[in-house]
Amino acid sequence: MRPAEPAASLTTPPTRRPRGRRRIARRATPYLLIAPTIATLLLVLGYPLFDMVVLSFQDMTRKELFAGTSPPWAGVDQYRVVLSDHFFWVVVARTVAFAVVCAALTMLCGLGFALLLREVSPWVRGVMIGVLVAVWAMPFMVAASVFRWLSDADYGVINWLLGRFTGSDFQGHNWFANPWEGFAVIVAVVVWGAIPFVAITLHAALTQVPAELEEAARVDGARGVTLFRHVTFPMIRPLFVVVAALSTIWDFGAFSQIWLMRGGQPERDYYLLGVYSFIESFAVNRYSAGAAIAVVTVLLLLVGSAVYLRQILRTGEIE
Amino acid sequence: MSIDSRRRRRRRRADAVGLAAAAVMAFPVYWMVLTAFRPASRILHVPPRFWPGPFTLDNFRRAIGSDTFWANARSSVVVGVGTVLISLVVGTLAAFAVARFAFAGRRALILVLLAVQTIPLIALVIPVYLLLNDLALTDTLTGVILTYLAFALPFTVWMLRGFIVAIPPELEEAAMVDGCGRLGAFRRVTLPLLAPGLIATSIFGLVQAWNEYVLAYVLLSGNDKRTLPVWLVSFQTGFGTDYGGLMAGATLTALPVVVAFLLVQRRIAAGLATGAVRG
Repeated sequence: MRPAEPAASLTTPPTRRPRGRRRIARRATPYLLIAPTIATLLLVLGYPLFDMVVLSFQDMTRKELFAGTSPPWAGVDQYRVVLSDHFFWVVVARTVAFAVVCAALTMLCGLGFALLLREVSPWVRGVMIGVLVAVWAMPFMVAASVFRWLSDADYGVINWLLGRFTGSDFQGHNWFANPWEGFAVIVAVVVWGAIPFVAITLHAALTQVPAELEEAARVDGARGVTLFRHVTFPMIRPLFVVVAALSTIWDFGAFSQIWLMRGGQPERDYYLLGVYSFIESFAVNRYSAGAAIAVVTVLLLLVGSAVYLRQILRTGEIE
Repeated sequence: MSIDSRRRRRRRRADAVGLAAAAVMAFPVYWMVLTAFRPASRILHVPPRFWPGPFTLDNFRRAIGSDTFWANARSSVVVGVGTVLISLVVGTLAAFAVARFAFAGRRALILVLLAVQTIPLIALVIPVYLLLNDLALTDTLTGVILTYLAFALPFTVWMLRGFIVAIPPELEEAAMVDGCGRLGAFRRVTLPLLAPGLIATSIFGLVQAWNEYVLAYVLLSGNDKRTLPVWLVSFQTGFGTDYGGLMAGATLTALPVVVAFLLVQRRIAAGLATGAVRG
């Protein structure tokens, strides 16, 4: 991690005091520089977020969308309907479980890869990093298409392998008939695509761990798991927390993979919050209900964001 | 047994595990490419054949021959390049301010830049759609580019900030002592040193824009305006189980970004995690 960089070197006043106008110009410079970014973000992020909240207190349907009239106010009706619906809470629980399982598996495999990368010969490391980077760059939709082919009922490799190793016949087994199995495939594609980012980041962190530290612990008799838990891991922990928080946040917003795996028409058993909000808005045309679900999603995500931001503040990265 | 030989054994075992893990990770990619180059008769086959056999370009011909492939590829390029160019120009200014100036609100700005990267795009789809609808920008690439700035700009600023911080400010100061204005110092000293950072950042932005699906799917309704990921999905539903064509399409969609990524991955190693670069 980079050390905190004092940003002052260019702003310390030179020996001769600048005249008043110059000083104002100097003061204004950073604000002029960030103005275009602020303006753009207000337009493409600030306003839509604000509008989303407003929308969730209204009742917008297809009629208002096409007429361009402003939708009637609905107060907290949308929230009352959404939050009192049992199915909504099922989806919330499912989304949380999905994000946690995906993130946990990703972190575990990513950490495994990162540790392996330290142990192997240079040429093997080259091969592994090449593969990781190639997988990293794969578009979600490409990955989802490939996994759909792998899990094909009749000609998929997965069914064939399972048949081979369990001895029973998996030919024609449909992975998406049972949502648990369907989600297993979806988790697999999400985790597969997410491992490289985690592995490469943690690998970079591990290379910063001083060799002497582990050597010293080894002399003191620390081995294997003990060595890792008490010496190595504490060194990479800040980055580990950041990456884990990010992974959870991203998996929480999963949409495309499910969308593609279910051919653009996910069954209710496959709804996560993102899918639910999307379908309420664009399939059922209840935009306000969709917005209310999206607002709840963002609020739930604040927990993960708080962990992420706190850890980054702690590392002193932004000083 | 000597420590040396024990070490060597340990390394050999690690090599074996590492290669096996790499093989498992690589298999879906391998299978995609293999299927893409296979004649249809050999694709749907039990048991699957894991080694390359006869070779054909038919699948690619079918994928490229689908009505809108070239138009969709063009859309992807326009959207990717447009997003990257705008966020680079706008973002470099802000990154410079954040890296080089102490000003009130700097910390708040950074927190906002980081926080907004945790908002899932799917939550933004509805209001963004309505906004562009009001501006009459739905079904235009301009609208999509504008929307993509929501995720591309924050991470561009944050990543470039890291690269600028790594350039010693003394270099600029020296240039200014030698008579360059601040702008001249930036253009002649900082910018050339920043080039690798600009390249790495643009590749990341390009990959993100190239891969994005939800917004493109909602915002673009004309078949010929859609980007490649959307094309790939429609290709999928349209062709049923034409896995050869699908895998050829998938290969074509993935190829540019995989190549670009492999080219720049060295430059990005460490400062990444806190930059929230989405893979």
